[in-house]
Amino acid sequence: MTPFEERVERRWSDGKTTWRSVDLGTVDSVPLGEGRAYTVNNLGIAVFRQRDGQLFATESTCPHRNGPLADGLVGDGKVICPLHAQKFDLTTGHCAGEDMAIRTYPVREVHGHIVVEIGPQTLA
Amino acid sequence: MAGARVVEEILQRDAQRFAITMFGAEPYGNYNRILLSNVLSGSQQMEEIFLNPLLWYSERNIALHAGVKATSIDRVRRLVIGKPMRPTSLPYGLDGCDQSATPIAESYDQVIIATGSRPFLPPMEGMDTPGVFQFRTVDDCGQIASYAKQCKKAIVIGGGLLGLEAARGLLTHRVEVTVLEAMPQLMTAQLDPESATLLKTTMERMGVQVLLEQIATHILGDERVTGLRFKDGSTLETDMVVVSAGIRPITEIAKDSGLTVEKGIVCDDQMRTSDPDIFAVGECVQHRGVLYGLVDPIWEQAATLADIITEKNPQAAYVGSKLATKLKVMGVQLASMGATKPAQPDDEVVLYREPSRGVYKKLIIRDDKLVGGILLGETDTAGVLTQMFTLETVLPERRADLLFGSSNGAPILSVFDLPDHAQICNCNGVSKGGIKEAILIGKCHSVSKVGAHTKAGMGCGSCKSLIMQLLEVYAGEVVEDPSEHYYVPGVPLTKPELIAAIKAQGLKSVSAVFRELAGGKEDPGSKVGLASLLKSLWPHEYEDERDARFINDRVHANIQRDGTFSVIPRIYGGVTSAAELKKIAEVAEKYQAKMVKLTGGQRIDLLGFKKADLPAVWKELGIPSGHAYTKAFRTCKSCVGTDFCRYGLGDSIALSQKIERRFQGIESPHKMKLATAGCPRNCSEAYVKDLGAVAIEGGQWEIYLGGAAGGSVRKGDLLCTVTSHDEVLRYMGRFMQYYRENGKYLERSYGFVERLGIEKLRDVLVHDTEGIGTRLDAEIEAAVAAYKDPWEEATKPVHENQFTNPLAVSVREEEVRA
Repeated sequence: MTPFEERVERRWSDGKTTWRSVDLGTVDSVPLGEGRAYTVNNLGIAVFRQRDGQLFATESTCPHRNGPLADGLVGDGKVICPLHAQKFDLTTGHCAGEDMAIRTYPVREVHGHIVVEIGPQTLA
Repeated sequence: MAGARVVEEILQRDAQRFAITMFGAEPYGNYNRILLSNVLSGSQQMEEIFLNPLLWYSERNIALHAGVKATSIDRVRRLVIGKPMRPTSLPYGLDGCDQSATPIAESYDQVIIATGSRPFLPPMEGMDTPGVFQFRTVDDCGQIASYAKQCKKAIVIGGGLLGLEAARGLLTHRVEVTVLEAMPQLMTAQLDPESATLLKTTMERMGVQVLLEQIATHILGDERVTGLRFKDGSTLETDMVVVSAGIRPITEIAKDSGLTVEKGIVCDDQMRTSDPDIFAVGECVQHRGVLYGLVDPIWEQAATLADIITEKNPQAAYVGSKLATKLKVMGVQLASMGATKPAQPDDEVVLYREPSRGVYKKLIIRDDKLVGGILLGETDTAGVLTQMFTLETVLPERRADLLFGSSNGAPILSVFDLPDHAQICNCNGVSKGGIKEAILIGKCHSVSKVGAHTKAGMGCGSCKSLIMQLLEVYAGEVVEDPSEHYYVPGVPLTKPELIAAIKAQGLKSVSAVFRELAGGKEDPGSKVGLASLLKSLWPHEYEDERDARFINDRVHANIQRDGTFSVIPRIYGGVTSAAELKKIAEVAEKYQAKMVKLTGGQRIDLLGFKKADLPAVWKELGIPSGHAYTKAFRTCKSCVGTDFCRYGLGDSIALSQKIERRFQGIESPHKMKLATAGCPRNCSEAYVKDLGAVAIEGGQWEIYLGGAAGGSVRKGDLLCTVTSHDEVLRYMGRFMQYYRENGKYLERSYGFVERLGIEKLRDVLVHDTEGIGTRLDAEIEAAVAAYKDPWEEATKPVHENQFTNPLAVSVREEEVRA
């Protein structure tokens, strides 16, 4: 991983809450077609790298029974939780056929690095 | 919402022309206020109802003053003036600006006012007592939810759409909820008295108390709310109060700037206020004397205004909306549109009621057109009715079809009568014309084919019954949905078709199958099934893609409910040694296994390892993988056979060890658990295994197929009787290969054997009636030869992060606080 200072770091405030961009390291730390979990301070984030290169970021656990979403199966903008096969849309967070959803985060690739935008909830 | 929607509409029409500046009293970008009740009930997170985050604005060069309230428009100097909000004030409050802050002024050519509305506060004393909330913004929602945690009882003031949604939301926070409504019924605007009474009963069954005709005058309590006092002097205890008694347009800025304001900001059909350069849109607007509080009319206004401002259609006019709505309360089905009661002498009322099921359906028809409707308890036809209501379609003669759908198999006339431009799929915006074309020209004769062709029905799926009706009309018949016969849902082929296509095109990887056979769409639910199939079709050439494996097969251990993994070393035939046991015990201790469990398959399950410890666990064990994961051959259990047993007729231990060594890791449609028994006493339960071999008198072995003692219990069927271990291995291998080729994915052997019948299997596998015996033997031999112990990855991981725990990224603390 790149030293912290070299990473993309950006934050902006709207007066009440702080948004920030956090560099999670190089894109190839997430194998193509899979997900990987990160903890940013105490916040769990799962990053998914679809085979077509698209990146997605969500909260790291399934609201159903806390399944580790990064260990799920990914494709077509969806992830399937490895514990009980709850299927979530990675863009909206909606769960197919269920009345629950996961939090999603804006994420993009910057110079080969994964940059996720965290907000408006505060980082611990 | 309205303001951002107009901007979106404008950008869609002309992204370059305008320099856009926005003021917003709330500190966020915009969000979908309609979903606030979902946030309150916890079914959606706050973040996912945000429509456009702050980044969206900056990427489009929109200057957004978030948290700054526009306070006046200087029409002479053509300036909009705003002031930052105090962090604690309500964005919809009457004041709330930080008076000491420097005002912000922006010049303009045109102004759009989209100030929306604020909650109506009924006249009541003590409204500022802590514990009293309004239900309007995402911050209100957060505060209500967190305050509810310390409460036992809550009162919602207002029995309208929003009040009931708030009440349902509060229920999920485990408070006793009472709804107060000043009128004699709930949802006065949308329901008639009878349906409102039914709804009241339904809400009460869900645990929401409803008090009608109750007007509270005082909120009681000093430091925090303790109760309410009513007009008649009676009181009611509560820990919190949520006010949701209607909305009032926010019009101060328009008034202060000298625009015409009545109940709302008065606008013409082009959404223009009394100043030709100032427009207004949304809940703050009064148009033709009407104020709207629902989303559809506001979207229509926004589209009209964008047409006017960009001059894309200077003739555009908004002429008012017809109101139809649904109650978004979990467990209640309710749709309402237009009038709730007849208004003219010739109005026809069609009514159906079934109080025991809480079903009530009412239509009000004028000149053969729908002018009002209420559907409670059953809303199947709500989609068609809403269409017919908004489009003013002439109704079919048989009104019952409108309430219950088609009863006699004949096409429902309502869909047939819709004009081609009527939108059928509201998720993907597909019109009746588009679907008709797919059916007539595209020859799509099933709902799923229409979906694949047009995307209709691929969203929430609620329009599928309409698509079905269109199929009945235009195709004359609905073809049974073939997708249930697909091997995996994401590739539209049955197993034989899929195998043929894979072989013909030489597809060796899961992604290649998606690319060539599924239009490039990588259905995650189909990956594992395809991987299993490909691996059995190409034992040597299969291109293993790790993302197509279930997590268990990526780390070669079984995921457990807490996200840890369990490891099962292979113990051939259940026979181990003191040295092996010691090694297992040491590893269990060193890596702190949470449990050491003897399995039903005669092995030792080490539970509760961290993912990152798995490679070390394997290396130190030095025993091959026991495959407690993977849809594959698992174990071959055995009794002690002839070595020690007084009754033993055949050497079941040696046989089971041969079986395990030969078939370890062989993948199949589902897991395979085997057993060998040294005599028909069957101590190893071989009759109820996927495959079993039982020794009988005379040096013979009976081979059983399709036994089960799990979710199903079934004694296996006798395939044949043989005289040697080698023959047992041969027939078991033949069966496995045949099952690999013909079993449906996730079809257990007992389902497969029952489906095909033991006679057929005996013909093919023993009598070789199809002449494929030799080929099956060769194929399974190739699969056996291709086996590699996956635990080799302990020393050579496929990906550097294959076994890592969550990667920690720390953000410097001082920056977070800033």
